[in-house]
Amino acid sequence: MGALVSRDLKLAVRAGGGFGLGVAFFLILVSMVSFGVGPQGDLLSRISTGMLWVGAILSCLLSLDRIFALDWEDGSLELLATSPLPLELVVLAKALVHWLTTGLPLVFASPIFGALLNLEGPGYIAIAFSLLVGTPALSMIGAFGAALTVGIKRGGLLLSLLVLPFYVPTLIFGALMARTGANGSDYTSYLLLLSGITCGTIALLPFAAAAVLKINLR
Amino acid sequence: MLESGKYADLVLLSYTVSLLLLFALVAVSLWQSVRNRKKLEDIEKRIKRHD
Amino acid sequence: MNSLWQYANPRKFNDTADKILPWIAVLSTTCLFTGLTWGAFFTPPAERFQDSVKIIYLHVPSAMMAINAWLMMLAASLIWLVRRHYVSAMAARAAAPVGIVMTLIAMVTGAIWGQPTWGTWWAWDPRLTSFLILFMFYIGYVALWSAIENDDIAADLTSILCLVGSVFAVLSRYAVNFWNQGLHQGASLSLDREKNVADVYYTPLLLCIAGFALVFIALVLLRTRTEIHARRIRSLQLRERGDDNA
Repeated sequence: MGALVSRDLKLAVRAGGGFGLGVAFFLILVSMVSFGVGPQGDLLSRISTGMLWVGAILSCLLSLDRIFALDWEDGSLELLATSPLPLELVVLAKALVHWLTTGLPLVFASPIFGALLNLEGPGYIAIAFSLLVGTPALSMIGAFGAALTVGIKRGGLLLSLLVLPFYVPTLIFGALMARTGANGSDYTSYLLLLSGITCGTIALLPFAAAAVLKINLR
Repeated sequence: MLESGKYADLVLLSYTVSLLLLFALVAVSLWQSVRNRKKLEDIEKRIKRHD
Repeated sequence: MNSLWQYANPRKFNDTADKILPWIAVLSTTCLFTGLTWGAFFTPPAERFQDSVKIIYLHVPSAMMAINAWLMMLAASLIWLVRRHYVSAMAARAAAPVGIVMTLIAMVTGAIWGQPTWGTWWAWDPRLTSFLILFMFYIGYVALWSAIENDDIAADLTSILCLVGSVFAVLSRYAVNFWNQGLHQGASLSLDREKNVADVYYTPLLLCIAGFALVFIALVLLRTRTEIHARRIRSLQLRERGDDNA
């Protein structure tokens, strides 16, 4: 499984669409928010945590269809399915690579973009922490969605349509955690709920995604 | 009665919209059913002629 | 339960549907018409809501059916995954648009009803928001069915989507409560059984609920029959193409 992870990572970096693209998109998005809403500092700071989370979700969405598509097209997905490595672990590995190339860079980038949106002091740790705990769930759910649409030509829009409702609980708890943290209050309950979602999705969705891939590979 | 009450226009609006939606659904479903029936008969006739 | 599985046979299903559909259609129209006119014209206005309480006769039944439609799709999806009766998969696919319309009616009537209370056309009230999320799940489900050509694969994928979606829909319901708390506490649109459903409102409401439920059943029977025909058309078209090539 380690070999699979490192191979996919190398592919992602070589393709150039890896680490940089998500963060660049995040930057554009944050600027758009300011252009759309106006530069008033207090307004921006009120919506900062929410918009950072929405930005994280949209950045994740960008690279979801690539999780399985390349291997599907050249037939290596079939090979992976018949290999001794269980398909569930393959799915987990791909979700991990997606997180390493999309979610994790966002975690580090978020304080910078928080500054652009006038985030309050205690919010910097809160937003980074919430993204750290929440983005793995986004990658895992996204992998499930990518598995569903892997056989569909130009299924990118359908993928977004399918996956976004699934993102709602993660978004709500992540944004609440960041907002509570930015207000200086204790966010432990939201942290627990968010990590519950992440752990649940990582534990259960690989099975669903693997079943879906087997169906699509028929 | 309904007309003289407060918010009666809201009630009218909600009833109209809801019934319109229901009628549209029923109409579309009926049309799809009839169209499919006809398509099925046509294709079954064509296959019988073939055999 | 043995007698119920005979309807998994598509011919038996279609024959039975042909027979009982007219009756259910008539019964549902009667219930709905009676319930709605009774409720709209022959019940008194409530103290707080005035006449707008009459919206309850649309809002509550449609909200109930919106949820029940999804639950029926869930059950049908499970039956397909386990027992591979394609009538079940067709029924799930048939029920989705009905569920969508029910959800729309619930949202629209809920929003209209909320207008005098909130002063806006949409309030991010937890229940209304949950229906919006349910609406999005419905749309995704229908979209996935349309996007896949192979019938069996489409049935399998949409069934799994329905299963996983149900878990997340329930999760969202609770998340939305957290998200909304602190705003308008206690004064949401949800009905207090004790407060509002006095006897004078109760019977027409029951009639409307029955009417909506029967409308749902009638539409699902009609649409499932259509889906079964459509599937047969597809397989015959394939056969025709095979004959032409031969």
